Amino acid sequence: MQRRLFITTLAALPLVAHAAPAFTGIDITGSAIGPDYKLSYSDGKPASLSDFKGKYVLLFFGFTQCPDVCPTALARAVEIKRLLGADGDKIKVVFVTVDPERDTGPLLAEYMRAFDPSFVAVRGTLEQTAKTAADFKIFYRKVKTGSSYSMDHTALTYVFDTNGKIRLALKHEQTAQQVVADLRQLMAPKTGFLKGLFK
Amino acid sequence: MKKLLSLLLLAALPALAQVTVGEPWVRATVAQQQATGAFMTLTSTKGARLVAASSPAAGVVEVHEMKMIDDVMRMREISGLDLPAGQAVALKPGGYHLMLFQLKQPLNEGDNIPLTLEIEDAQKVRSQVVVNAPVKPLKSAAKQP
Repeated sequence: MQRRLFITTLAALPLVAHAAPAFTGIDITGSAIGPDYKLSYSDGKPASLSDFKGKYVLLFFGFTQCPDVCPTALARAVEIKRLLGADGDKIKVVFVTVDPERDTGPLLAEYMRAFDPSFVAVRGTLEQTAKTAADFKIFYRKVKTGSSYSMDHTALTYVFDTNGKIRLALKHEQTAQQVVADLRQLMAPKTGFLKGLFK
Repeated sequence: MKKLLSLLLLAALPALAQVTVGEPWVRATVAQQQATGAFMTLTSTKGARLVAASSPAAGVVEVHEMKMIDDVMRMREISGLDLPAGQAVALKPGGYHLMLFQLKQPLNEGDNIPLTLEIEDAQKVRSQVVVNAPVKPLKSAAKQP
């Protein structure tokens, strides 16, 4: 009886897995995001998204004076890379500053290095930053507060596939484990039920 | 079990609200970075309010609130933070924090940063709490105490 139940459950599993290929992130495949930016790396060299063809790019916008959301998003990216193990090399983490006035090239280089030497930061002039944010549908605004200013900004992380096509938007609340599950699904889409059985 | 780190309670008169500081920490910075956040849990014996803070490590310290509205991060200075009697109020990533501006030098993991908290009780009497907050790596996750 127990055994029969077990077999039935086992047989049902691939079907269930196939029937629900949902992402935790928001599937925005086909959306008019980007498609690319013209900015600079922290050393001043020209930067574009197409530099990372062949990689899954995790792209997000932020600023280094952010005490909270931006380092948390970067720390999550570190954890995502770790959880991916050998597949960690398939992702590229790109941080776009919305505060190029304070985020100089050298500061960005140091900041990214504190998280992972493979992460890159890109920056532009105020005009380039505005255009990039508009192209990528990122809201940001400089707001005076207290003795300084802060940058309100959209805290989503975009995922682009190896062909540079937009696939997912990840919410700030999404855990590293959930992101890894989403990335694994992008890297190896579930095959059909029969294919999966006879592979 | 929450580990309470050492704190100095100045002006510990019975009439004043006593504030306990739990698990304070400051996020490390890199060279040229001018600002960072400090986090902790505050518990007051009586209703009180955190109205200001200062540190020899920073030119300015402010009480800030972070909010996520429709996936947009907003951060603002607030005039103070209410500490209801006996209730632990968390200053943590994703909520309230102390913002340290005009850092005098980069804050490295292992450093201890003195912070002076200005607490105002219901009678508007102010007292100070001095806390030594250890510096944790820049990449400390939100859930890190």
